[in-house]
Amino acid sequence: MADKIATREAYGSALAEFGADERIVVLDADLSKSTKTDTFKKKYPERFLNMGIAEGNMMATAAGIASCGKIVFASTFAIFAAERGCEQIRNSICYPKMNVKVAATHAGISVGEDGASHQAVEDIAIMRSLANMVVISPADATETRLAVKAAIEHDGPVYLRLGRLAVPTLFDENYKFELGKGVTLADGKDVTIVATGLLVQYALEAKDILAKEGIEARVINIHTIKPIDEEIIIKAAKETGALVTAEEHNIIGGLGSAVAEVLAENYPVPLKRVGVEDKFGKSGKPAKLLEMYGLTAENIVNKAKEAMKMKK
Amino acid sequence: MDKQELKQLKKTATQVRKHIIDEVYSASSGHPGGSLSCTDILTVLYFHEMRVDPKNPDWSDRDRFVLSKGHCAPALYAVLAEKGFFPVEDLVTFRSAESYLEGHPSMRYVKGVDMSTGSLGQGISAATGMAIAGKLDKKDYRVYSILGDGELQEGQVWEAFMSAAHYKLDNLTAFLDYNGLQIDGKIVDVMSPEPIVDKFKAFGWNVIEIDGHDYEQIINAIEQAKNTKGMPTVVVAHTVKGKGVSFMENQAGWHGTAPNKEQRDQAIAELDKILSELEGE
Repeated sequence: MADKIATREAYGSALAEFGADERIVVLDADLSKSTKTDTFKKKYPERFLNMGIAEGNMMATAAGIASCGKIVFASTFAIFAAERGCEQIRNSICYPKMNVKVAATHAGISVGEDGASHQAVEDIAIMRSLANMVVISPADATETRLAVKAAIEHDGPVYLRLGRLAVPTLFDENYKFELGKGVTLADGKDVTIVATGLLVQYALEAKDILAKEGIEARVINIHTIKPIDEEIIIKAAKETGALVTAEEHNIIGGLGSAVAEVLAENYPVPLKRVGVEDKFGKSGKPAKLLEMYGLTAENIVNKAKEAMKMKK
Repeated sequence: MDKQELKQLKKTATQVRKHIIDEVYSASSGHPGGSLSCTDILTVLYFHEMRVDPKNPDWSDRDRFVLSKGHCAPALYAVLAEKGFFPVEDLVTFRSAESYLEGHPSMRYVKGVDMSTGSLGQGISAATGMAIAGKLDKKDYRVYSILGDGELQEGQVWEAFMSAAHYKLDNLTAFLDYNGLQIDGKIVDVMSPEPIVDKFKAFGWNVIEIDGHDYEQIINAIEQAKNTKGMPTVVVAHTVKGKGVSFMENQAGWHGTAPNKEQRDQAIAELDKILSELEGE
């Protein structure tokens, strides 16, 4: 497996890579070293603005800049972007369909030591309920680079969910990324694991564990949580008859809920959700926290089996 | 400014006030008090100062305007319609489900609206963003915004003021519609933002205090702002809530209340009287 790179690192590199586009303006709220927007800042200092520790103002300012024909990336931690700046994102960015990309790093409990106050496990739920908003949750560095490119090309608001923790690079340079399209990473007929972000690597591990027990699991990576790829989910429901979702987010309102909505309205089959079970995070080493909160390959395996048992 | 232009501005403002009354009366809802208090400032901006083209509302070199106190949409819509951005006849569809004239300004529905507003505190941030974009692009357009005095209770206003001064946005001019009243009463009783002028100065802005119904003073303040380099300007405009309609003046109760038929007729009669007096001058 290739080097481990955090998606926030890949985000900073992508901004610098695509930053020659004069329309791109990057804002940050005093966290540019952590969000990695400082990579862009070093290359294009004239188009980087530090807005200080004032996230609500940053979001509405981003909207004003975007109204003048710019593509604005506004970055801070997910908790302060999606939650502190929520109403500004709704009223000043989404409602007027501004070309603002809210690129939020440090999503989920893998933030680690900073603890619950800094661990957003609600941001997907909030962002996907905003009309006009596109929600992308990349799994690795390759996907993050392509997601940034897609966000630049998409005319309208995008929420980009990025992580602090270094993660394995799962995809190579031939990887195809299409906004709104899920990716089948492994085929299988017994059960489907639908994962996003950090949990995609564990979904692949779970598939291998299940294979040893003779269970053929399909693995689908949903990088675009909204608009969600209904077709790939319905097809999986028809062909495998049971699903399990896996995400680093509250099981309420995130990927699990989005998949449940698709299934319930189109092709109801058993579904189990792996995620943070309606709790706040806590301080600790990321690996330890992921284990404590059940965000593991083993838990995906167990939930997959439970879903399979529920098949008629 | 010659007498003829002054008279024309006053006539336009009175016409705008009539539209405000009829918009709010037709909708049976809306905000007449604050709309009437900022009418003169808006009229001077759109009919004397701002570089806009009603035939090309998205012109990239236009001056921008953000109504941070978005609930005063009736005044903005009336000015835009009088300016020719959309038909004056449409004003009475304000707030109806079939209309594009949303209760609070929507830039995606209404030609001439540069920013969707309504949630207090956000418009001034967006105006700051537009001024930043103007600097980045080395354009000479100017950005104007009107804030309510009650709106100063929103913390975001001060975040925006801090950032506009930090980035030396001398292409940004904000007006404070300082009528002293908000929904629940006097601003100093509800949650005092005083001393306002001292606060603005402390935040690094050029501050000019004027009578917000005196055209010469409004125009002079705009000129002074244009000549001030290295810092944004805020014009603290002392105004009368409900200005121009006797029974609405200085009444917090007319913040968000629509007149009935009798009240509407009285208001229109008073404004018509002002118009005919202007004609007779």
